Amino acid sequence: MSIVTLAEPRAAAAAPQGIRTTYRDAVREAVRSAMRSDPRVFLMGEDVGKYGGTYAVSRGLLEEFGPERIRDTPLSESAFVGLGIGAALGGLRPIVEIMTVNFSLLALDQIMNTAATLLHMSGGQFNVPLVIRMATGAGRQLAAQHSHSLEGWYAHIPGIRILAPATLEDARGMLPSALADPDPVLIFEHALLYNLEGELDAGAGAVPIDRAAIRREGHDVTLVTYGGTLGITMTAAGQLAEAGVSAEVIDLRVLRPLDTGAILDSVRKTHRAVVIDEGWRSGSLSAEVSARIMEGAFYDLDAPVARVCSAEVPMPYPRHLEQYALPRAEVIVETVQRMVNPHAA
Amino acid sequence: MSPTANGVALLRAMIRIRRFEERCAELYQEEKIRGFLHLYIGEEAIAVGVMQSLTPEDAIVATYREHGHALARGIDMNRVMAEMYGKATGTSGGRGGSMHLFDAKTRFFGGNAIVGGHLPLAAGLALADRMQGRGVVTACFFGDGAVAEGEFHETLNLAALWQLPVLFCCENNRYAMGTALERAQSETELALKAASYRIPAWPVDGMDVVAVEGAARRATGAIRAGEGPHFIEFRTYRFRAHSMFDPDLYRSKGEVETWRRRDPITLLTDRLRGEGAVDDAALEGIEREVAAEIDAAAAFAESSEWEPVETLARHVTSEAPS
Repeated sequence: MSIVTLAEPRAAAAAPQGIRTTYRDAVREAVRSAMRSDPRVFLMGEDVGKYGGTYAVSRGLLEEFGPERIRDTPLSESAFVGLGIGAALGGLRPIVEIMTVNFSLLALDQIMNTAATLLHMSGGQFNVPLVIRMATGAGRQLAAQHSHSLEGWYAHIPGIRILAPATLEDARGMLPSALADPDPVLIFEHALLYNLEGELDAGAGAVPIDRAAIRREGHDVTLVTYGGTLGITMTAAGQLAEAGVSAEVIDLRVLRPLDTGAILDSVRKTHRAVVIDEGWRSGSLSAEVSARIMEGAFYDLDAPVARVCSAEVPMPYPRHLEQYALPRAEVIVETVQRMVNPHAA
Repeated sequence: MSPTANGVALLRAMIRIRRFEERCAELYQEEKIRGFLHLYIGEEAIAVGVMQSLTPEDAIVATYREHGHALARGIDMNRVMAEMYGKATGTSGGRGGSMHLFDAKTRFFGGNAIVGGHLPLAAGLALADRMQGRGVVTACFFGDGAVAEGEFHETLNLAALWQLPVLFCCENNRYAMGTALERAQSETELALKAASYRIPAWPVDGMDVVAVEGAARRATGAIRAGEGPHFIEFRTYRFRAHSMFDPDLYRSKGEVETWRRRDPITLLTDRLRGEGAVDDAALEGIEREVAAEIDAAAAFAESSEWEPVETLARHVTSEAPS
């Protein structure tokens, strides 16, 4: 795909003057704009129409586009994701909304066995231009079955692109780029980000979906993260700066294919890396990032790569336990402090 | 085409599939074909009969037991055989093998090997056709095993709810691999399940190619007239084992022999002989032509090139237009 003309992902510190908006509204605007400009685009999923979307992303779209293009589906994730695959093969550009990543497991067969394999298995005959959006992550006391963070699992699969918009620009700009991609793209929207507020350039549009972004520059340590943990990572970087430690923050943005070059370039500069990942540590995306740093920048490291991940437990309901299970800014700060000053008491 | 001439064409199409697969079984023993090989022998009347009701604009979505469907759809036998070998000249460039025949030109969407997983895809193609105002049909083939899968029920519900132009062709050969229908289904009248979703559904003798064609024409006619999805349960039997790995221990030889007496090729041959439409000489002529075509296909596959390992990673994602 050609995205060379698109603007670079902006550093969070350099937010442009523009309209006041939220992450939720930015995603909605992306959907609306795509549907206005391309009659092949339609939205399909559970409660996207009359209800207005579980997270209110699609509120008002049924009124504007009608039930043919804003399609409420029954609770049958496998069927409506598979219908999305078929509709994409049939010349449309479906946006399938899965209510949350937890329910996406009911459609895993379609995503993994069909969407991801069809192009290769058919010898290049059948590409699947399908976009699947879903909410992900914990933090709202929804307990063990509604708090998963499985983006890293999906990033294991060749044949699909995995996006994790963590900023307003990416919430607005990743969808049009995903729709322009000839292959399946999964967009993971962290549920805690929907209320994120800020300024968005009135002319904001498509952004590249093939590279990471540096959200804060620094030279003592590289903090690698994505999605829902960008916020606490930026907070930690601010606290570290007050303590005299300069942290560089990399927002992966694209979990597959990983922008290994951006990670290695940063580590070669800072010589230290901490990976912050809301997924469980074992077999996680953080493990992959850590391995790539070891493979590509081992002799540049001054310390072993460290990781801050979720505790390896099914997510508990009480707020204090949930917060303790999730990555926290203070743990990031402590981890970095131990790394830069290993002999401190 | 006269009814008699059409009957001979149907017979020829079934013999062509039968002999092709018999050759494939031999080539498997010779280790030219590897992996899974699921033979359609005994069930040929369904693919051949249903294809008579489809136009070139219609779409086909089939299972891993799809050699017959591919040949009946008109995909070149050379390319089908080359795919069985895994050669670069195959229908899928050799990437798919026996279970994954694909052909964009004839709108043949596999060759899908997750039981029931291709039903949503078929409904999605039909959704795209309906939303874009193309008056075409998607024919989706699957076995009785798929009827137990959740994806079957989810898809039938959605297809009926949205009145999608899908012809659901259930090839009920009475066994989900080794599990007999009555050991897997609380309701063995499979058409009743489809009917419960308000889809017109009925059983048909899947060993009678003329009955199959008639039912398929009736269904596709209704679908083209905007009457929504239809479901036909074709009652059939697979004469060979599930795959080349199957020792076939779960059914009696007597049962297989009983069904063999209703071989769709024998049934139609007897009928056409009775009508004077074919005689020994005509049958020998068909066999000779078919054998020559299969010989040529095997030679084509044998002499075709393997894909070089350097292009292994091609088609994981689409190539940028140059």
